[in-house]
Amino acid sequence: MLLEMAAGGFGDRVAVGSLDGGLTVKQVFDHAGVAAQRFRSANVENVAMIDITSPSLPICLFGASWAGLPFVPLNYRLTNQELDALLERISPAIALMQPETQERTSGNLDVHSVTRDELVASSNPEIEIPTDWNMDGEDTAILLFTSGTTGEPKAAVLRQRHLVSYILGSVEFMSAGEEEAALISVPPYHIAGIAATLSNLYAGRRVVQLPEFDAEKWVELVRSESVTSAMVVPTMLSRIVDHLVSEGTDSPGLPTLRALSYGGGKMPQPTIETALKLLPDTNFVNAYGLTETSSTVALLGPDEHREAFSSSDELVRRRISSVGRPLPAIEVSIRDEQGNELPSDEPGEIWVRGEQVSGEYKGLQLTLTEDGWFPTHDGGWLDKEGYLFVTGRIDDVIVKGGQNISPGEIEEVLLQHSAVADAAAIGLPDQQWGEKIVAAIVLHEEQEADEGELKDSVKEKLRSNRTPDEIVFLEELPYNETGKLLRRVLKEQLVDLGDGSTV
Amino acid sequence: MALLKAGGRWASSVCDTEVIVVKGPEGEVSLTCGGVDMVEAGSDPVSGELDDSGDGTQLGKRYVDDEETLEVLCTKPGAGSLGANGNALQLKDAKPLPASD
Repeated sequence: MLLEMAAGGFGDRVAVGSLDGGLTVKQVFDHAGVAAQRFRSANVENVAMIDITSPSLPICLFGASWAGLPFVPLNYRLTNQELDALLERISPAIALMQPETQERTSGNLDVHSVTRDELVASSNPEIEIPTDWNMDGEDTAILLFTSGTTGEPKAAVLRQRHLVSYILGSVEFMSAGEEEAALISVPPYHIAGIAATLSNLYAGRRVVQLPEFDAEKWVELVRSESVTSAMVVPTMLSRIVDHLVSEGTDSPGLPTLRALSYGGGKMPQPTIETALKLLPDTNFVNAYGLTETSSTVALLGPDEHREAFSSSDELVRRRISSVGRPLPAIEVSIRDEQGNELPSDEPGEIWVRGEQVSGEYKGLQLTLTEDGWFPTHDGGWLDKEGYLFVTGRIDDVIVKGGQNISPGEIEEVLLQHSAVADAAAIGLPDQQWGEKIVAAIVLHEEQEADEGELKDSVKEKLRSNRTPDEIVFLEELPYNETGKLLRRVLKEQLVDLGDGSTV
Repeated sequence: MALLKAGGRWASSVCDTEVIVVKGPEGEVSLTCGGVDMVEAGSDPVSGELDDSGDGTQLGKRYVDDEETLEVLCTKPGAGSLGANGNALQLKDAKPLPASD
């Protein structure tokens, strides 16, 4: 439906790729029709994608919807065994993958393959494009496997009605000017990669894809393709900032970049402050969302960034580290452990409600409450003006001496120290307190800070039970490729290290 | 008269217009296009004569009733204008959000 509207409204605009040589909206529509026919005749239950992002992504995504089949993007970095395990769960399936990926999968599974080139090959006269595009709102549009840090990965179900609600609730049709272009550098198996593909197409904005993130290439593409907007995860932004800084005073900056949105994890405050200074003409948007909520549910807009950044009122200033306010179609509520609503300024669990919220996992019981609320497992609080602050996963909360301590607030303070490049606070078993707070610190090159100094910096700003019991210096912290800190891996590393060692 | 559920798709009986319901009121509504009852997309049109005196419908625009209890999105444009219970639906002003992805 979204693609059909776009093809009817601005079919000649370039949807994906360079202005010269990219695919137009009409071409994506035609290729998706051919793909839909191919998927249907394969007699499968799912359409998978085990590949980096490419113009075949929108074709595969829309082709699957057209055929009434779930689109299942898988992480191409998984091991062969992990891939096979997931493919087994979704077979019979057809998968967009290159021959080298196919060689990695077990031949015993009922999985057909189609390559990138086959999906964008010029129209095949032997395949008739289906004319029926009457998908049902209840059809599963996307199955997205969660990163699965504990146990077997869960498959989040997003139905057509969730995604369409998200797009209609947050994007105005054909609202982009013809000169606009969005750079997508998040992979297809990340909800932001899917949401960006849909919302930019619906807005009529050309999409430029960067398959594997690299700060230098990202900056080059913004300049060569005159990119006007982009979405990045925190680790990407900090590398982009480093790259721009390394260009020195001769840096041409990024003059075409009007909007930069970030999300998908906690952004260190120094990074965003440096970015605001380096890119004074760029509008910054902080977006908060989850796979289960069809991407963004709250955002901090450009004016709110500027206001917070320049305010002398501490209550306004701290909003720079909030995720802003809920989208118009979304309600947010903070609940205690019994599910009772908490007043503003009190921390609890973030619950969200809205048409775009799915909260459904394949084969598991619906996690929505009877009245439609989705408990996110994220901790947070709302200020009096309704700005949402996210403190991190509830499962990551450190319980020391019966007190719940959120790692996020400790990390935030540590990151403000000029020598600290990265920081993570976690709880390790402790005989006396149940858990003790261990802070893992990565220092900037050629900078120093000692344990006492770092502990003091936390003691000055937070209640005394927040002061780390131990500081451990590491070369780097473990992240997955979409910039999520792997706390469980870090915990294992620290347990192995014993006390206070330096790596 | 019909109950208009969010996500429901309706087609004009007398022009090319198609809409999707974004928000529907609790009670039943008589949804018209070009002065003639609209039908659920895919079903047979009802007979009637197109009144094309209005501005018609524009692709991708939202239309609302006076109380904003009903909101539809035009997915295919046409010559007929939309109405509900005899009153013309109005073009809704866009209030753009900053792009977040």
